[in-house]
Amino acid sequence: MSEQTNQTAASIVDPRLAKHESGELAYTAAPVVLKVDHVNKYFKLPTEQATGLKQAFINWTKGIKGYKKQEVLKDISFEVHQGEFFGIVGRNGGGKSTLLKIISQIYYPNKGSVSVTGKLVPFIELGVGFNPELTGRENVYLNGCLLGFTHDEIDAMYDDIVSFAELEEFMDQKLKNYSSGMQVRLAFSVAIKAQGDILVLDEVLAVGDEAFQRKCDNFFREVSKDPTKTVILVTHDMGSVKKYCTRAMMIKDGEVAVIGDKESVADQYTLVNLEAEKKDNERKAKEAVAKGEYPEGLNERCPLLRTYAVSKPILTSDDVFEFAVEYQYDEPGDFYLAISMNDIRRGGITYDTGAKVFKMKQHGHHTVRFQVPLTLFNSGEFKLFTSLRTPSSTNPDFTDMVAVATGDNACSFVIRNDKGDPYALLNHDYIRITPADGEQNVEMQTFSDSFSDKFHKE
Amino acid sequence: MNTVKRRIQDRYRYAMVVLRGLVKTDFKLRYQGSFLGVAWSVLKPLMLFAVMYVVFAKFLRMSDGTPTYPVVLLLGICSWNFVAEATSIGLRSIVDRGDLLRKIHFPNYIVVVSATMGSMISLGINYVVVLIFALFNRVHFTWRVILVPFSVLQLWILALALALIFSTMYAYFRDIAHIWEVLQQMIFYGMPIIYPLSYVTDKGGIYAKLARLELLNPIAQSIQDIRHNFIAPETQPTVWNQFGSWWVPLIPLGLTVALIWIGVHVFRQNSRKFAEVM
Repeated sequence: MSEQTNQTAASIVDPRLAKHESGELAYTAAPVVLKVDHVNKYFKLPTEQATGLKQAFINWTKGIKGYKKQEVLKDISFEVHQGEFFGIVGRNGGGKSTLLKIISQIYYPNKGSVSVTGKLVPFIELGVGFNPELTGRENVYLNGCLLGFTHDEIDAMYDDIVSFAELEEFMDQKLKNYSSGMQVRLAFSVAIKAQGDILVLDEVLAVGDEAFQRKCDNFFREVSKDPTKTVILVTHDMGSVKKYCTRAMMIKDGEVAVIGDKESVADQYTLVNLEAEKKDNERKAKEAVAKGEYPEGLNERCPLLRTYAVSKPILTSDDVFEFAVEYQYDEPGDFYLAISMNDIRRGGITYDTGAKVFKMKQHGHHTVRFQVPLTLFNSGEFKLFTSLRTPSSTNPDFTDMVAVATGDNACSFVIRNDKGDPYALLNHDYIRITPADGEQNVEMQTFSDSFSDKFHKE
Repeated sequence: MNTVKRRIQDRYRYAMVVLRGLVKTDFKLRYQGSFLGVAWSVLKPLMLFAVMYVVFAKFLRMSDGTPTYPVVLLLGICSWNFVAEATSIGLRSIVDRGDLLRKIHFPNYIVVVSATMGSMISLGINYVVVLIFALFNRVHFTWRVILVPFSVLQLWILALALALIFSTMYAYFRDIAHIWEVLQQMIFYGMPIIYPLSYVTDKGGIYAKLARLELLNPIAQSIQDIRHNFIAPETQPTVWNQFGSWWVPLIPLGLTVALIWIGVHVFRQNSRKFAEVM
């Protein structure tokens, strides 16, 4: 609890934020340390089973190539300046990992070039070249020398690495006796504590237990302030992009979709994901209808019940979210729609309309629109579930649920305010804990919260 | 000009750092989990020697007629073992270290070089054993001993060349491991190592002429040179004393140069793709 408040407090005074506000000019003045210039990469994926000599010969005589060209990266160009913390985001299969491998010179581009100035330390997959038969100490030295450090240089960093990994008493154990978490911690510590100039990281923020993650968090904060160290981070976590990065880039289908301001890249990425989810849902619904099956929650009485966003799905607390419910219900008699709002990140039902509030006037296939103001809430991700109900046959005061729009038929939206990312659901304008009447031993301070600046106009 | 020189130095400094690290690790791991550990580097060739000595020298009564024959036999076996070991470990080295190549960029020829260097260390240990045997056998050494390092270097270059070629091929098709195993046997018996060359040449006729051609094989040539210069200059036939003409000895030397050139060329052509094909 107190940890969380600390973090919020830290983000207010984070000097990097101020730097960001003044523009990215601070970085463009620094020299370019990584230049990716019109990089193209394709892979030849085998289409035929051409592993045997016989098949290879048959393919050759028939003139079958036996492979398909898959373009993974198309004309990627960007530059990273010294001291930057550069984020790369994108959906799975978008070419991020390939790009990272090209940056680290593990793969070679088919076209274009990559130039790196300084020592680059990649941490692309877990356990870079660790050997289970060697002790932790030997592995650190082996790993270090593969990264190009001499024995003396590793001697100098050794204690730092071990204490960061918190594995002091295990260093003379063979690596095969380590738990997987310990191995990852060691590998990660070597990568970040090695005195490289450019650090290339792939999806590593989810490494280790909570305490270790907090340590990594501190490290990233520090390194993002260091003007000599450059970090390139590939991640799916928009939180870390916003927290550490100076700039970011989104890759979509092997191309640079957005590059520049981290906020807009992060929003764009969330949007792309929501769109993909929507598309996927529509496709699934169509398939289900074609097959004569009903999606989860629906049945032959109500074959269609779907909630979807009408306004854009990323909003701020100032906005009003508008959405629509599409239904198909043909049975005579009264029926109602009930809508509940779920908080995805924090869990729990935030709000529910009640069962007999919206009485529907039209039978058949119709769409109705609803709206909800969001002023009450801090940033968060929410999901709306709609159920279709009829009066209960046994007790007219109650209702029976006919169908529910859940899973793919539910609607998601995201509240994202410019500043801060408070962890509480409700913002301070609508709820406030105050000392009880007559309580003398508490003094109320003027409230300062990055988020409330926006709403709290005192 | 100076920066170019510095860059070259930097590049090879990095290569040396990696090479040292890998050789050390490989050597540490080689006898990992065995009770006798490094002692096996000495024991293995000795045991092999014992078997061959009993079979060939005692049962089959092969000999070049000198008391130094057992030492010469041991020296030949050790030298050949180096080639066999360096090439078969080298052949698998790229694939075995694939895990590394897929995660980090470093000059990957180092992997192959380090595989052969490991065998070089064993060879060094074995030569010490041979030296001790030689002293016991009252071999008297000549000035030619100083030529031995050159032949060892040649042998290493040959092994490295083969390892570079085969490791590249092995990344694409694994059949090469089996093919090389068979080829190794052919090469081994096609060289005067367990039998003295005189054993064939003494029979006369066409075989004698053909047998001398065995010495054109650069591996046979360098091993024979080592034996000749190290222990038995009087009895060991080499390419230098078996053929009258001056240019014949240049054939195996030329082949060595050609092999290493092909090896480096083939490896460099393909080394960029290793991370992708594996």
